Amino acid sequence: MNYFPDEVLEHVFDVVTSHRDRNAVSLVCKLWYRVERFSRQRVFIGNCYAISPQRLIERFPGLKSLTLKGKPHFADFNLVPHDWGGYVQPWIKALARSRIGLEELRLKRMLVSDESLELLSRSFANFKSLVLVSCEGFTTAGLAAIAANWMNYFPDEVLEHVFDVVTSHRDRNAVSLVCKLWYRVERFSRLFIGNCYAISPQRLIERFPGLKSLTLKGKPHFADFNLVPHDWGGYVQPWIKALARSRIGLEELRLKRMLVSDESLELLSRSFANFKSLVLVSCEGFTTAGLAAIAANCRFLRELDLQENEIDDHSGHWLSCFPDTCTSLISLNFACLKGEINLAALERLVARSPNLKSLRLNRAVPLETLQKILMQAPQLADLGTGSYVHDPDSETYNKLKATILKCKSIRNLSGFLEVAPRCLPAFYPICMNLTSLNLSYAAGIHGSELIKLISHCAKLQRLWILDCIGDKGLEVVASTCKELQELRVFPSDPFGVGHAAVTESGLVAISIGCPKLHSVLYFCQQMTNAALMTVAKNCPNFIRFRLCILEPTKPDPSTMQPLDDGFGAIVQSCKQLRRLSMTGLLTDQVFLYIGMYAEQLEMLSIAFAGDSDKGMLYVLNGCKKLRKLEIRDCPFGNVALLRDVGKYETMRSLWMSSCEVTLGGCKTLAKKMPRLNVEIINENDQMELGPEDGQRVDRMYLYRTLVGPRKDAPEFVWTL
Amino acid sequence: MESKVAYETDLNLKATELRLGLPGTDDSEEQALFNARNNKRSFPDASGECGSKSCSDAQHADNETAPPAKAQIVGWPPIRSYRKNNLQPKKTEAEAAGIFVKVSMDGAPYLRKIDLRTYNGYPELLKSLENMFKFTIGAYSEREGYKGSEYAPTYEDKDGDWMLVGDVPWDMFIVSCNRLRIMKGSEARGLGCSV
Repeated sequence: MNYFPDEVLEHVFDVVTSHRDRNAVSLVCKLWYRVERFSRQRVFIGNCYAISPQRLIERFPGLKSLTLKGKPHFADFNLVPHDWGGYVQPWIKALARSRIGLEELRLKRMLVSDESLELLSRSFANFKSLVLVSCEGFTTAGLAAIAANWMNYFPDEVLEHVFDVVTSHRDRNAVSLVCKLWYRVERFSRLFIGNCYAISPQRLIERFPGLKSLTLKGKPHFADFNLVPHDWGGYVQPWIKALARSRIGLEELRLKRMLVSDESLELLSRSFANFKSLVLVSCEGFTTAGLAAIAANCRFLRELDLQENEIDDHSGHWLSCFPDTCTSLISLNFACLKGEINLAALERLVARSPNLKSLRLNRAVPLETLQKILMQAPQLADLGTGSYVHDPDSETYNKLKATILKCKSIRNLSGFLEVAPRCLPAFYPICMNLTSLNLSYAAGIHGSELIKLISHCAKLQRLWILDCIGDKGLEVVASTCKELQELRVFPSDPFGVGHAAVTESGLVAISIGCPKLHSVLYFCQQMTNAALMTVAKNCPNFIRFRLCILEPTKPDPSTMQPLDDGFGAIVQSCKQLRRLSMTGLLTDQVFLYIGMYAEQLEMLSIAFAGDSDKGMLYVLNGCKKLRKLEIRDCPFGNVALLRDVGKYETMRSLWMSSCEVTLGGCKTLAKKMPRLNVEIINENDQMELGPEDGQRVDRMYLYRTLVGPRKDAPEFVWTL
Repeated sequence: MESKVAYETDLNLKATELRLGLPGTDDSEEQALFNARNNKRSFPDASGECGSKSCSDAQHADNETAPPAKAQIVGWPPIRSYRKNNLQPKKTEAEAAGIFVKVSMDGAPYLRKIDLRTYNGYPELLKSLENMFKFTIGAYSEREGYKGSEYAPTYEDKDGDWMLVGDVPWDMFIVSCNRLRIMKGSEARGLGCSV
């Protein structure tokens, strides 16, 4: 019984029927009797009439997660009258009366009343997850009850869940449904908006007056790779304006891939008295003048974190804009700034920030200053060095060595944007404390020095490096870093003439040596099916697996076969896989595997893969949890795009570029699905000759939204 | 294979294509695969597509050998622009501004060439020269040059004068050095002697 999967009752019945014993019932009773001691937590009931709630509760007192199915499948096709049965009420009543601490309830094809939902929402303090598939019988009142009582337990992605509930209803009044739900969710204070165009600032503000922390994402992911024009959109200004006008006491703002102006930053800095934290990732459009405003006006600023932004550097004086009274800084990251920095101001700022835990410097901060800063802030937990170049025989360097010895709290090390490798040994004494090491910008550290440094880091959980570490270096990582959970290997020479930096053998070595590995991003010269299968076998716990073979469409070099079977092994073995990126020679077969096995997959990135529409269809049909699909240069066309248009409302977005979809296909889709924005990007002359429906579309980006076509789209973006 | 057939029915550009690869190198299999992808497109005049940034970039791939092809495809490899910009300039900067100078050693049959930019300072340079020519130099001192050594590293500066290596700051040295000469024997000692 210990080895039975969740479907206990199915197995019980299997045993009974295979015995064909007339005393089946008592056999079952005896079997069940033994199972009682088994603290079964998850139960799957394929037919709610196969057993009664009371019996179930008796037998599985430790029940936490229950799945119930009601009507037969053909009820989907109107072959079963509505009130045939499948009521959840007796179940919820019985569970509510018992001492069961239900946490998850999943219902399919059942009749659910508002009364049931209200009872549910009141009866289980630890309830975490409600999934309703093809159910009916309830209204927004029931949902409101849930919202009112449980919002505290929902993860940040509230809107994603709201959309999920809406689409499983296929309710024509989805919009009003959502509005009513939101009406009750006033208390919600953290919001994650995965697509800033899915909703308008005004609606958000009305519905969430208690908002304190907001995360917004703008451009689609492929904008990272220059596939989206700079002024495509994703402006934060309307959001800040609307928030500023409202009574919202914003404290945290996190933006990714958005256009941020100095004007926006100034407005932000003046409008929220309690503003504490600004995190900008891959944003652009602002300068150091905007940073100066933040520094000067946010009196309680705790965090200013700039990650990989393109910032125009006008002067280093923004640092001096932090008033002397500002002593609240916990985290400061300006590594992406390219210009000079007022070093004295930096030192003074650090000296008056006793809570500073995280500091990431830019290139302009020399080693001497680093030493002085570390003297002032030995409590740092996260350090990004700036320029790390000096004469190792100098007094400054010796001072630094002594200072670093005192920094026993550093767990996270990064930077080395400029580096003299002979100065690295200063860090050796604290390497054993590191849990995270990012050397992916340290082009100046060669393979052997990298290996020496890493060999001191036995506790590493996260490692980001360049491929100059080589396969041999990865073997050292595998034998040293037994706690490794996340590995990213970036190409040091993306366009170079392939001196094979890392290959499949490096990845295999890591998979053998690092049992806790769950996230991988690996840029390599080549990959084999055998290696992928080995990795799949060694690492069944992958959550994220992103493989990039630098030469697109490269087959397995040892067999010249496509990599279908290798990736198939990955999705089959890694049942928790949520994110997958694939490259190499791939046919429709790999998509069949993905559709069949990748049940938890939420994000899929494909390039130069597949043979026909079937590939894309396998994925759309099979991956029920798919949220983001991005495709470039694949032979997928209108047939795949239009087969199941309802699917896109269950997803955040779909990107297709250089595929086979035509303007006509996109128009058809847009017409059928008014709650999607279907955007076409045309920068070149193709479309000027008169857009014909038969013409292939260069770039299409579609996403679900509550607010219709956006009004800030530039000329070259058409919303159909 | 079907991909090759597909390629054949094309405009047979292969016969006239200009490639950067060595004659005899055959990336046809890989490029045929590329073309298999791209053949589904209506195929206007290849040169007409040259200007546009979009889909034809992949087609450009079959006009050059594989490594440069990578640079031709928009958005490939999938690395954030920020990361690409911050890694690349370092390399190209170094390669573009490399300072290569000839190094001669008295008695050696042929000269060597080194890139002064790959060193951070005099100690590294001298060590490298020692390895290259298999000799040892004594310690440098301002007063006595490379005392106790049979050899003296010298260089010709922009004025055409022969100078002792080590006298001027490193950064000044690398931009004023035209060539290096490792002097040996009495000539070396003569230069090192303080007067």
